[in-house]
Amino acid sequence: MRNAFSEALYECAKADPDVFIVVADISPAGSMGKFQTEYPERFLNVGVAEQSMIGICAGLALKGCRPFAYTIATFSLYRPFEMVRDDLCYQNLPVTVVGMGAGVVYSTLGGTHHTMEDVAVASAIPNMQVLSPCDPLETAAAVRYCASQTRGPVYLRLGKAGEPVLTANAVDPFEVGRLRTLRRGSDVCILSYGPILKLGLDLADRLEREGRSVSVASVHTLKPLDREGIAAALTRHRRVLVIEEHVPHGGLGSRVKEIAWDIQAPCRLTCHSLRDEFIHLYGTTDELLEAHGLGLEALHAAVDR
Amino acid sequence: MPDHLRPNSFDAVAARARCRRYRRRILEISQQVSALHIASAFSCTEIVDCLYHALMRPAPAGGRSPDTFVMSKGHGCMIQYVILEELGVLSRRDMDLYCKAGGILGCHPDYGNPGIEASTGSLGHGLSMAVGMAYAEKARGGGGTIHAVLSDGEVQEGSTWEAVLMASSLGTPNLVAVIDNNDFQSLGRTSRTHPSFYPLVEKFQAFGWEAAEVDGHDSAAIFEAVSGRDRKRPFMLIGKTTKGKGVSYMENVPIWHYRSPNRQEFETALKELEAEA
Repeated sequence: MRNAFSEALYECAKADPDVFIVVADISPAGSMGKFQTEYPERFLNVGVAEQSMIGICAGLALKGCRPFAYTIATFSLYRPFEMVRDDLCYQNLPVTVVGMGAGVVYSTLGGTHHTMEDVAVASAIPNMQVLSPCDPLETAAAVRYCASQTRGPVYLRLGKAGEPVLTANAVDPFEVGRLRTLRRGSDVCILSYGPILKLGLDLADRLEREGRSVSVASVHTLKPLDREGIAAALTRHRRVLVIEEHVPHGGLGSRVKEIAWDIQAPCRLTCHSLRDEFIHLYGTTDELLEAHGLGLEALHAAVDR
Repeated sequence: MPDHLRPNSFDAVAARARCRRYRRRILEISQQVSALHIASAFSCTEIVDCLYHALMRPAPAGGRSPDTFVMSKGHGCMIQYVILEELGVLSRRDMDLYCKAGGILGCHPDYGNPGIEASTGSLGHGLSMAVGMAYAEKARGGGGTIHAVLSDGEVQEGSTWEAVLMASSLGTPNLVAVIDNNDFQSLGRTSRTHPSFYPLVEKFQAFGWEAAEVDGHDSAAIFEAVSGRDRKRPFMLIGKTTKGKGVSYMENVPIWHYRSPNRQEFETALKELEAEA
C-alpha cells in the first residue's frame, strides 16, 4: 500500500503543482524518493512535530494547495487531534491526513502503535471524509481522489506494505461514497474494509467451496457512508457479516447495525471486530487478530452459528 | 538604521487617533453584549492597527491585500473586527449583530467571514498555519507576507514551539509574528507563575529567528522594528503591553479579560479615552 500510495502521489504531483506532502519524520518508501528529488519544494519534513504538520498543511491549504499529511496513523490522527478538528475540519480544508499502518499492523510495537479506534474518532468530526482502501489498487484510486478533491478534509487509513491485490476482478469500479461489490452472490454477504478484507475473501472462498453463494464488498468509504448500498446488501442476503480491524463501537459494524434497525433488515447480521481492549500481545498481525476472534476458523464457525 | 531604510510612511499622530477611535468603538459594542474580551483587544490595539494600516500592503480596489493577517490569539479579534469595519470589509450590521442570532461574528475569528483568513480561538494553532501560509507564498512565488499576532499565553503551547522550529528551518523570511506580551494569563502574572518564560527575545533568536522587543503601545516603534527587519529569516516582535490598556480600571485587572463594563464604567472609560486625546 505504501508503494502504491507513493507512486500515485508522485503521478498526481507531476500533473498538479498544488499537490504537497508534509511528513513527520516518517516517509513512504517507493516513489517518494522521486517526488522528493523532482519536487523538493513540495516535500516538507516537519520532524517529530505532528501538531505543526497539521497546522502547516492547513496554512498551505488556506493558500490554495492540496497537501497530504503523512505519518503512522496514531501520530497523524490522535497526537494532533485538535489541529485535525479545528484547523482542517472546522475550516473545511482539502487536506488528506494519511494514517499509515492503521489497525494492528505494527503487531510487535505494542499498544502505542495500534490504531484501533481511528474510524470512530475521525468519523465523529463534521466535514471529515474517511477512506480505507483494501489493497494497492484501491489505495492508488483513493490517492487520486484525495489529490484532486476540494470538498474538505479526508482521513485516509492505510495498511503498511506487501498487501496483496484483491480488487483486480471487482464487479464494481472504485467510486468514493459507494460501497464496492467485489464479488456478487445471493446468500451470504461479507462487508469489510482495509487490508483485513482479505480475510473476508478467504472466508468467501471457503463458503463457496461448500456450495454457498457469497457477496463480498469493500466499504472503502466509511464517511460519507453509502447507506443505500448497505441497505441493499442487508435486504438481498439472508446472512451478513461485517469484518473490521477496529474496536466494536463507531466503526462499520455499529453503523451497519444502525441501518439494519432503520430498515428493519430481514437478514441475520453479526459484526466481527477487535474487542474493546488494548492489546498486550506480540507476534504477527494475524496472531493478534486471531486473539480477538478475527481468524478464518472462528469466522467460518460463526457463519451458521 | 541607515537613513534610506528609515520608515517614512508612518504617521504616529494618525495612528494614535485611530487607536483611540477603535477603543471607543469596542467600548460601544461592549454595551450590546455581556462579554467580548475587551482587555485582550486593548492590549494589542496598537499592534494590530500598525499591521493593518502601516505594514501590510493595502488591498487594491475590490481585491485582497497580497499580505495576510492571522489573529492567532483569537480572543483578541474585536480589535480586528473594528478595523475591518472601518475598512469596509465588515458592515455596520455585522457589528450590530456581534454574538447575536442572525449575525456572523462571534468571540473568535471564523474562516469564511469577510477579512478572516483563518479560524482561531484555541491557542497554539495560528503560528503553524501562518508558517504553512508563508511557505505556500514562497513556494508558489506569491510574494505575500504573513503577519500573525500571538498572545504570550499561547507561547506556552508546545505546538507554538513546533512552529517556531519549522519556520526558521523552512526559511520563511515572509513571516512576521508579534507577541502581545501583557504578562497576564487567567491565573496571574506570567512572570510570577512561570518565571522561566523569560527572556523571550533570546529564545526566538536561538531558534534562528530575528527577534526584537519594543513597547507594544508605541506604534512608531512597532513600525520601525518590523519594517527594519532583515527579511532573511522569520521575524518575531515581542510587544511589551498592558492588558486593558487605555482604561485605568481595566489595566492589569484580570476580570476584564472577559466581561463588559456596565453603563457607569462605560462612561468613565469614554471620558478617560477623551482625556488622553
